[in-house]
Amino acid sequence: MDLALAPETLARWQFGITTVYHFLFVPLTISLAALTAGLQTAWVRTSKEKYLKATKFWGKLFLINIAMGVVTGIVQEFQFGMNWSDYSRFVGDIFGAPLAFEALIAFFFESTFIGLWIFGWDKLPKKIHLACIWMVSIGTVLSAYFILAANSWMQHPVGYRINKERGRAELTDFWRVLSQDTAVTQFFHTITAAFLVGGAFMVGIAAYHLARRKHVPVMRTSLRLGLVTVIAAGLLTAVSGDFLGKVMFKQQPMKMAAAEALWDGEAPAPFSLFAYGDVDKGHNEVALEIPGILSFLANGDFDSYVPGINDINKMEQEKYGPGDYRPNIPVAYWGFRWMIGFGMASFALGVLGLWLTRRKFLLPAALRTGEDEVPNLVLFRRKALSPRFGRWYWITALWTMTFPLIATSWGWIFTEMGRQPWVVYGVLRTKDAVSPGVSQGEVLTSMIVFTLLYAVLAVIEVKLLVKYVKLGPPELTEADLNPPTKIGGDDRDADRPMAFSY
Amino acid sequence: MELHDVWFVLIAFLWTGYFFLEGFDFGVGVLTKLLARDRKERRVLINTIGPVWDGNEVWLLSAGGATFAAFPEWYATLFSGFYLPLLIILFCLIVRGVAFEYRHKRDEDRWQTNWEHAIFWCSLIPAFLWGVAFGNIVRGVKINAEMEYVGNVADLLNPYALLGGLVTLTLFTFHGAVFTALKTVGDIRGRARALATRLGLLTAVLALGFLGWTQADRGDTASLVAMIVAVVALVAAIATNLAGREGWSFAFSGVTIVAAVAMLFLTLFPDVMPSSLNEAWSLTVTNASSTPYTLKIMTWCAGIAAPLVMLYQGWTYWVFRKRIGTQHIADAH
Repeated sequence: MDLALAPETLARWQFGITTVYHFLFVPLTISLAALTAGLQTAWVRTSKEKYLKATKFWGKLFLINIAMGVVTGIVQEFQFGMNWSDYSRFVGDIFGAPLAFEALIAFFFESTFIGLWIFGWDKLPKKIHLACIWMVSIGTVLSAYFILAANSWMQHPVGYRINKERGRAELTDFWRVLSQDTAVTQFFHTITAAFLVGGAFMVGIAAYHLARRKHVPVMRTSLRLGLVTVIAAGLLTAVSGDFLGKVMFKQQPMKMAAAEALWDGEAPAPFSLFAYGDVDKGHNEVALEIPGILSFLANGDFDSYVPGINDINKMEQEKYGPGDYRPNIPVAYWGFRWMIGFGMASFALGVLGLWLTRRKFLLPAALRTGEDEVPNLVLFRRKALSPRFGRWYWITALWTMTFPLIATSWGWIFTEMGRQPWVVYGVLRTKDAVSPGVSQGEVLTSMIVFTLLYAVLAVIEVKLLVKYVKLGPPELTEADLNPPTKIGGDDRDADRPMAFSY
Repeated sequence: MELHDVWFVLIAFLWTGYFFLEGFDFGVGVLTKLLARDRKERRVLINTIGPVWDGNEVWLLSAGGATFAAFPEWYATLFSGFYLPLLIILFCLIVRGVAFEYRHKRDEDRWQTNWEHAIFWCSLIPAFLWGVAFGNIVRGVKINAEMEYVGNVADLLNPYALLGGLVTLTLFTFHGAVFTALKTVGDIRGRARALATRLGLLTAVLALGFLGWTQADRGDTASLVAMIVAVVALVAAIATNLAGREGWSFAFSGVTIVAAVAMLFLTLFPDVMPSSLNEAWSLTVTNASSTPYTLKIMTWCAGIAAPLVMLYQGWTYWVFRKRIGTQHIADAH
């Protein structure tokens, strides 16, 4: 069969497309849930209207996103059985458990309390309503943990044995699956990256309004919250990424060698800045490198040995039999770079942003801005930026909001493609994981259906986001400022319209 | 009772919960075209399930995830075997979920009309297809010695399974009509009651045929009892609806669903997916299940999580217990 249209290839494309698409909404959902919860907490504690307005504004954008995150998540669970039935048979005993845990513990939590939060504005007392959004936030984080534990098991299988008779892997230690270093580091890296995405999203949209001098008090608060989130999350993403890298150098040396286009082992190993190579011959034709840095990334010193792609391929051939154990090297190499590059760029712009809009430090009194003013963009101690330059900064901030999304997408492509040809590293090859009974036509149909549906939904989603972003925070009503004191709502006026209705 | 038997019961429980809960929200989705006279009434209907449909749908994800973990072979055979019907169901669930959330977010006629079509069709089609799927599971499909489904789509569209599809569709719509009568005030409430009676009678005819066929095919004493409970509850649901006892009627239509699903699972046991080619190739609770260790962990998880879920989901229904009518729907959009 034509390899380009083989069910395995199509199933992989479908998994890649649906996963990357799903993961555009996941990090936004995780971080916006927590940020909205934080803003609502600020409102409950201070009763300042700007916090309630901000809660409603970001809450609405959060809801537009979570709707897509939820529905695309269903596909993720079902396609293991549909396209990867031999995978499901082989690993169900292990992989199914965290998935079921996710549904039973996290997903129920999230979806039930989101309903309470959306419709509960006039049905729940202030503090109970606030608790609901925190429940949603906890649900999203728990959900991420179980999924990442399941994924980490595929990257680095632990706590199992192979049952030859039944031809499957069987769980021997569930706690190890949940607590292994791969799961923990991957979780921290993914969660912090999620906050980088949400922080940048907030900065971008706040910048859009501030450039137009609209909704200043709400957007000023949002801008600062977003910038602080970007910086904190950016630092933690880098730190957790370094930990994760070191774990992967031990557990998946091939992936990391591919990420660096390091063909032959070296000591000390250099970090590659740019490389252009010949995959068939197994070497780079152009390579720009910084000596010693790769040794540091892998092992924490500047002179240790790091094995290369060719060495590891030979080792794996001896261990697992003849074959090619190299992933797609250009994808791994560039995916790794796009991930780090765009992640770092968003962090750098966050630092610059916070410094430019700072209020108290080093600024002469004349340049300090009050709570209701658009923050100054100040470059030197005594001079504000020219308005034109200021406008460019806001536009830059708006576009920066896509940077972490690009970074996280490439992060997943790198993680998943860097593991090939294995679906479970060292245990099960991807080609042995597809559904044998599913025809090429069926996979092709579903791939086309999902791709088209997702494309249409993307257009609708972006249009809606743009509409609600432009609309800005809502005006508060009497009902907003006087929440009910009783569960189920007050009987003040039985025929009063609902505070929220579809 | 061994752990894999416990898990058979738990998965039956999750599917029952799914059909009980999403059953009425599918039904309400179908009623947006059968019952509502204008946009405002459609919005009343959609808002009766607004706060809960998402939580209801998670029962499906739990049933899927639990099947994956407890009976991987069943999960693999079922989901890869019923490929195209599942693709259609997934498509509908995606569009339907987005439709609920996005319909009211633009104030344009065409936008809202399109999403309303989506809500109707994407509620109707899964409600029908789940019945077809379960009809086929109970009846048995072409499964070979390697536990692979070797039939095609046409094999799934047999009279028995199609009848099953009509039963779930009418039963869910009836359940939804009773729910609407329970949750609304005003004109729409009276019409929901009247429609529920007619839907109930139609359901009774179809359900009697399908359950009787099932009983004749694979039934035993236990399944006969479940069938009788289902039929009696259905009659009681229609009668209490006529008497204007909406809460009771909803409880009885719920019992009908519970008993009908119980009957299907009773006729299935100890198989989980019988093979129509050779009895020896059937998937059973023993040859399709996970290891006792995995099942033990899962039992702990379900034992703690499931009661909690029922508790806080029940609380949600309490919070939103008030009836709604057109006067509660704001004029904007």
